[in-house]
Amino acid sequence: MSTISTSARPLTGRKAPTSPTARKSTVLTVAMVAVGAYFLLPLWWLLVASSKSNADLFSSFGLWFADSISILGNLGDVFTFQNGIFLVWARNTAVYAGVSAIGAAVLATAAGYAFATLRFKGSTALFAIILGAIMVPLTALAIPTYLLFAQVGLTDTPWAVILPSLVSPFGVYLMRVYAAGAVPPSLQEAARVDGAGELRIFVTIVSRLLAPGFVTVLLFALVSTWNNYFLPLIMLNSPEWYPLTVGLAQWQSTSQAGSGSQALFSMVITGSLVSIIPLVIAFLFLQRYWQTGLATGGVKQ
Amino acid sequence: MTSTTTLRPPRNSQSLLRRREARAGYLFVLPFMVVFIAMLVVPLAYSGYLSMFRNQLVGGVSFVGLDNYVRALGDATFTDGVARMAVFLVIQVPIMLGLALLFALVLDSGRLRMKRFVRLSIFIPYAVPGVISALMWGYLYGPDFGPFAQMGRAIGLGTPQFLSAEFMLFSIMNIVTWGFIGYNMIILYSALRSIPTEIYEAARVDGASEVRIATAIKIPALRPALVLTSIFSVIGTFQLFNEPNILATIAPNVIGSGYTPNLYAYNLAFVGQEVNYAAAIAFLLGFVIMVVSYVFQLSTRKGDA
Repeated sequence: MSTISTSARPLTGRKAPTSPTARKSTVLTVAMVAVGAYFLLPLWWLLVASSKSNADLFSSFGLWFADSISILGNLGDVFTFQNGIFLVWARNTAVYAGVSAIGAAVLATAAGYAFATLRFKGSTALFAIILGAIMVPLTALAIPTYLLFAQVGLTDTPWAVILPSLVSPFGVYLMRVYAAGAVPPSLQEAARVDGAGELRIFVTIVSRLLAPGFVTVLLFALVSTWNNYFLPLIMLNSPEWYPLTVGLAQWQSTSQAGSGSQALFSMVITGSLVSIIPLVIAFLFLQRYWQTGLATGGVKQ
Repeated sequence: MTSTTTLRPPRNSQSLLRRREARAGYLFVLPFMVVFIAMLVVPLAYSGYLSMFRNQLVGGVSFVGLDNYVRALGDATFTDGVARMAVFLVIQVPIMLGLALLFALVLDSGRLRMKRFVRLSIFIPYAVPGVISALMWGYLYGPDFGPFAQMGRAIGLGTPQFLSAEFMLFSIMNIVTWGFIGYNMIILYSALRSIPTEIYEAARVDGASEVRIATAIKIPALRPALVLTSIFSVIGTFQLFNEPNILATIAPNVIGSGYTPNLYAYNLAFVGQEVNYAAAIAFLLGFVIMVVSYVFQLSTRKGDA
């Protein structure tokens, strides 16, 4: 990074590396739009299928609308089934993902900054251990964590999902690389000469410089918690604590068991659509930020 | 420092500043380290401890040393699961990363119209939770109202059996590829954007084509990012759980309790109540992941000198 942006504004400065004479290729464009279609097709199907009644799902072509549009009825089913448990799941998901992501990003930012710019004994060894932890499979941890939580009565509470999600070794790694590029040592020196304490330097000066990287780590943590299934599946027993992923999977297995509950198909499909809408919208607005942290993190020689 | 002299020799103030900085460093990493130890180091150690015991109805808990590991290595369900993941790794990861690299290079080439649309449409599936993509693809693959089955029947080709024992692994590969190409592409694309453009200009002046620039400049510069994405993919592959767990509701006869090692560990611990054995399996799986990642890193380093 040659320039340091002092706000959480994503980098959009660099022009595409084209020579002025580079022609746009129609063949390439057509090919890539076809590729894009492959990625969008399942989502298109989901949208179309959400507009169908259970009977229409079986009797009409999957990639086009049926004669009658049943989306409102399906939405009604989703939000009222089992006394509106879907909304409870949505709230849980937002809380788990929000709290975990903010916590994980704050912890990773503070640690990454210290590893990048502050000299202290043992920092290299500590950082090496954290890097090694990226390779530890989360599931190798989930089962013993469940047993430990069971002993202290934390299972089947929101903490059982939030606490393990606060650890983001990759976030520390990203922030270390990012901070090394974004915080000029001269700035810290100058602040120290002026008598500012380390904490004040971090809060008033450094935090602004690190904002774009922070947002990147936040997004990664948000998506990984939002998408998490294994951990809540293990930790939670009460449906009122489920996130959307576990709840929908349960509806799915109920509908497949087919205990006279065939009507669940359209509900699982519509519920899936509703639960990805917030994330897709967030992606549309925040996608620029993904690159900011990554452009300096982990990808430079 | 208890010295109250006003004229401190500079070396002392130097060391005071040093100590202050070190203290700040510890303070800043402390919160992360506390959570890291509590949520990662302790469970891992506990998992190792658990894996050395056996809990029997008769006789209760007893120390059995490495017995659980010996049992796992001779357990065909576990070794088949690992082998299945190895097949997955060898086929799916190169395809996914190769395409992610290709798409990133195309986006970076500047030869594309509708660039934003293409980039977003490839990236959007990453926003879809694995569980939901598995649900969605499960219906898409389905023989009843899946569009592929409908189309197959309409043109008289019959119903493609995506969810049969033969094709299930490939169907899961497609779900994972669909979900994660965009994520890997963004990492690689970000890396490409951080290469200074002057290099390309110089190469163009020398008459290098776009393809030549990609192979001679861009791909070598992407090496660290490719290593990173490969290692993440290795870790992800061996941990496969969501997709088979969801698809098992549709195809229970194809996906057994040990289809993937993770599914096996889960079923052992929570269905079979064999926590100690499950801990050994999970530990062994972690070991496999570390070895494969490490070997992979070493093999990619050979080129450097």
